[in-house]
Amino acid sequence: MGQILLNGIVKSYGKEVVVKNLDLTVETGEFLTILGPSGCGKTTTLRMIAGLEEPDQGMIKLDDKVVFSRNDGVVVPPEARHLGLIFQSYALWPHMTVAKNITLALKEQKISKSEIADRLKNALEMVQLTGYAERYPSELSGGQQQRVAVARLIALRPKILLMDEPLSNLDAKLRTEMRASLKRLHRDLNATTVYVTHDQIEALTLSDRVIIMNEGRIMQEGSPYDIYHHPANIFVAEFIGDPGINLFDGIIDNGMIKCGEIQIPLPNNFTKNKGSLILGVRPEKIEVSETKKNGWQEVSTGIIQPTGANTIIEVKAGETSITLLQNGFITLPENSKLWINFELDTLSFFDPETQENLRNNVG
Amino acid sequence: MWVKFMPISAENNKPRIWSIRNIFYQSYRLKNRPELIIGLLALCFLSFVVLVPLLQIIKDALTFQSYDLAYEPDGVVGEFTLFHFDRVFNQPISAALFYKPLLNSLKMGFAVTVIALSVGFCLAWLMVRTNVYFKGIFGGMLVIPYMMPSWVMAIAWLSLFKNDRIGGSEGLLTYLTGVQAPDWVAYGFFPIVITLALHYYAYAYLLISGALATVDSELEEAGATSGMNKWKRIRLITMPLLMPAIGSAIVLTFIRILGTFGTPALLGLPVRFFTFSTQIYASINARNQGDAFVLALVLIVLAISFIWINSRIIGVRKSYVTMTGKGFRKSESDLGKMRWPVTVILILFLCVTVALPLILLLWESLTLIPGDYSLSNLTTYFWKGQGDVSLAYGEPGIIHNKGILGALLNSIKLGFAAAIFNGILGLLVGYAVVRGRGDRLSKWLESIAFAPYIFPSIALGAIYIGMFSTSIGPIPALYGTFTILILITVIKNLPFTSRTGIAAILQIHQSLEEAARVQGIGWFRRMLRIIIPLSMSGLVAGMLLTFITAMRELSLIILLISPGNMVLTGLIFSYQEQDMAQHSSAVTLALVLIIITISVIVRVMSRSAGVGRLNVT
Repeated sequence: MGQILLNGIVKSYGKEVVVKNLDLTVETGEFLTILGPSGCGKTTTLRMIAGLEEPDQGMIKLDDKVVFSRNDGVVVPPEARHLGLIFQSYALWPHMTVAKNITLALKEQKISKSEIADRLKNALEMVQLTGYAERYPSELSGGQQQRVAVARLIALRPKILLMDEPLSNLDAKLRTEMRASLKRLHRDLNATTVYVTHDQIEALTLSDRVIIMNEGRIMQEGSPYDIYHHPANIFVAEFIGDPGINLFDGIIDNGMIKCGEIQIPLPNNFTKNKGSLILGVRPEKIEVSETKKNGWQEVSTGIIQPTGANTIIEVKAGETSITLLQNGFITLPENSKLWINFELDTLSFFDPETQENLRNNVG
Repeated sequence: MWVKFMPISAENNKPRIWSIRNIFYQSYRLKNRPELIIGLLALCFLSFVVLVPLLQIIKDALTFQSYDLAYEPDGVVGEFTLFHFDRVFNQPISAALFYKPLLNSLKMGFAVTVIALSVGFCLAWLMVRTNVYFKGIFGGMLVIPYMMPSWVMAIAWLSLFKNDRIGGSEGLLTYLTGVQAPDWVAYGFFPIVITLALHYYAYAYLLISGALATVDSELEEAGATSGMNKWKRIRLITMPLLMPAIGSAIVLTFIRILGTFGTPALLGLPVRFFTFSTQIYASINARNQGDAFVLALVLIVLAISFIWINSRIIGVRKSYVTMTGKGFRKSESDLGKMRWPVTVILILFLCVTVALPLILLLWESLTLIPGDYSLSNLTTYFWKGQGDVSLAYGEPGIIHNKGILGALLNSIKLGFAAAIFNGILGLLVGYAVVRGRGDRLSKWLESIAFAPYIFPSIALGAIYIGMFSTSIGPIPALYGTFTILILITVIKNLPFTSRTGIAAILQIHQSLEEAARVQGIGWFRRMLRIIIPLSMSGLVAGMLLTFITAMRELSLIILLISPGNMVLTGLIFSYQEQDMAQHSSAVTLALVLIIITISVIVRVMSRSAGVGRLNVT
């Protein structure tokens, strides 16, 4: 039984439809990430779950209770949905101390004073901010403010957690730290979590399941592993992975796929045996050799970008540019010769018309 | 189980608007959106106090009224007639009633606007763009005339130039030189234009210097690098950027002058020089309300057409919006040898516009026998005298005068009530407008809250006479009550306070309220714990300004005051009408001191609250 259910959700602003007929289920205790470029409707979706936006069509159920149904005329306001939301801007009240920020909602709920004190102490301990209770938000660093926002959530003990790009305002190092602590928070509270981000690393590292959205539609839904290894379409393939996937226009000819200089054999059981397709190769799934190997493609190097642990190498096979990702810190002079080989069972093939993966069920 | 809720496409299956289910749904929605409820309530209230009165006087102007029967015995009260319009536009009396006042008002409006704009522009340029000395002090001093009631200068003018034409005492000029000032200097068009210009320049100065401060010098430097000389840069770059502000300054000054009553009354009525505003006043006093309504309508039409023409010419919709924003890098041009001379001219200017009137008022208030300005004639009687039948009809001095103290109390009560109601209304309108952005309701509300701006003060007063002289449903006749003064002051200040409210709410990021919402905190508690504390500083500054405006207001309420709801400004006017110069001077001075004190507090507060520009209204 799902904790969060969205059914046939449509949302538009004026003439622009930002969420198009969305169906979504989040299981109890699951960590689901909605990933997509800005403007894809992911934040709107989250805000509709919270009740801060109202869908035009469809219905939403939280914990088996209908909180919105256009057809049955049900709109439960956010005040009555009992969920936790972390905002991108943290939304700490600047005129209240950390303690007041955390306890305001509890006081409004007429919870006993001793209980409030307990929850405050406990929440501050969990985010390691004991001793900061009397500070004002402006006296805290960005990371500490973020943790206060988390503590405010912990104290409320919601069954459902919603997070709207909570790490996007932090610098890179702090982001890695906070990522781990958000994962811990999810585990400790055992709350059903919906996490919205445009950062694929956050999505891949945190989630049980990822949903990729674009232009108001779900492009793919699956485990981080699936999303990365078996992209359902070209959009997902390009969106996930850094450096991005290599895509080549190819033509099937006589049992071979020809992409300019590159030729590879058509895989077995392939449904298509003529016409054109698009070939997708992840940069790290290309074998590289500095000496000539039989059947390997000869290429010449262009820009080399070592990032420390890895090196991004741009090469050319005739007119075709290919990006390679190799372990280690590699320096090579420009126009060096290399030989490359695609690992055949890691390739993706897309239909140029529908953009869909042609053998999504394989491998 | 989900089959029941099959996906619904956006196109079909739209619920019918009046189906029961949809009505339920819409009322659920409304409960979920407090800004809609507030917006609706505010819209209803504002329609009632702004639009309904307007329609009411249009109706009154187009139907026979009981007071018309003296002229038209055959008329049936309540029946449609063009009688009022005929009288105002198309009868022998029309020249005196309409055409002459119209011409006078327009002449006055143009002359004052041209002088005030030129002076204000020069001052703004000097203060923002040159290295004149004592900028800090000048900046504060230049706006003092603006804080004072506009007719203070007229009272000062009279103590200087009053001649023997209307009897009573004569002015300082006659006392010192024995020469009678000619009529055209003492009364009528010339002194009205000069005294009004010396008040309204401050308004133009505030608007233009605000705009000038936001013109980035880099834009002009870009012009310089492409080979333009200084005058070309001013003509082709700076002036076009300033045009919206100058356009607004022209239009708003003009509308205010059309609606201003005090100065034309004090300096014009003794020589029967009528403007629109004084003619409206005279018509109401002569119980020809129908004429007054028609004149008020013409005034409103004039104001609206000026705003419309301005927006056409400037090409910027809402060009009345005062420019705000942070200052950019500004280059100050060096005045060189002229630096001291210009500074001295500024000091002299301030002496004439600020120091001189106040000194004259003080001196006047201290003279025992009016017209005798010798030291031996000085007395404190009009400040603390007990009331002597031989002097000024036995009116006691300020601090013992029940009438004055009562009016002072009323003025303070009026200011206080207007400030409180304006604060609350401004906050609610701001909340509804900002949170409802994108909805039609929000736009309507913003427009209607701005509407009082286009009603010249005296015309709004006339409208309120028409509306509230009889009871409407459960609301009793408000004419002559204190409530109507509060109501009209609140409404007249609404454009400003709702702007303050909108600015204050805009500063509060939506997520701060949403965070409280998802945590289960209801609307009222959110307002109390989050919205109000966070918008407090801006609101309080706005409320104090409303307080000042209400204290100094005359044109707006002159038609509505009576002995029962007398305020200081009205009292000053009646003292002046009775030629009790010392009393009027003393009370005026007291009023000015109160206003300046509060203004200083406002300036300090708004500076600390970062809303310094908001005092441009």
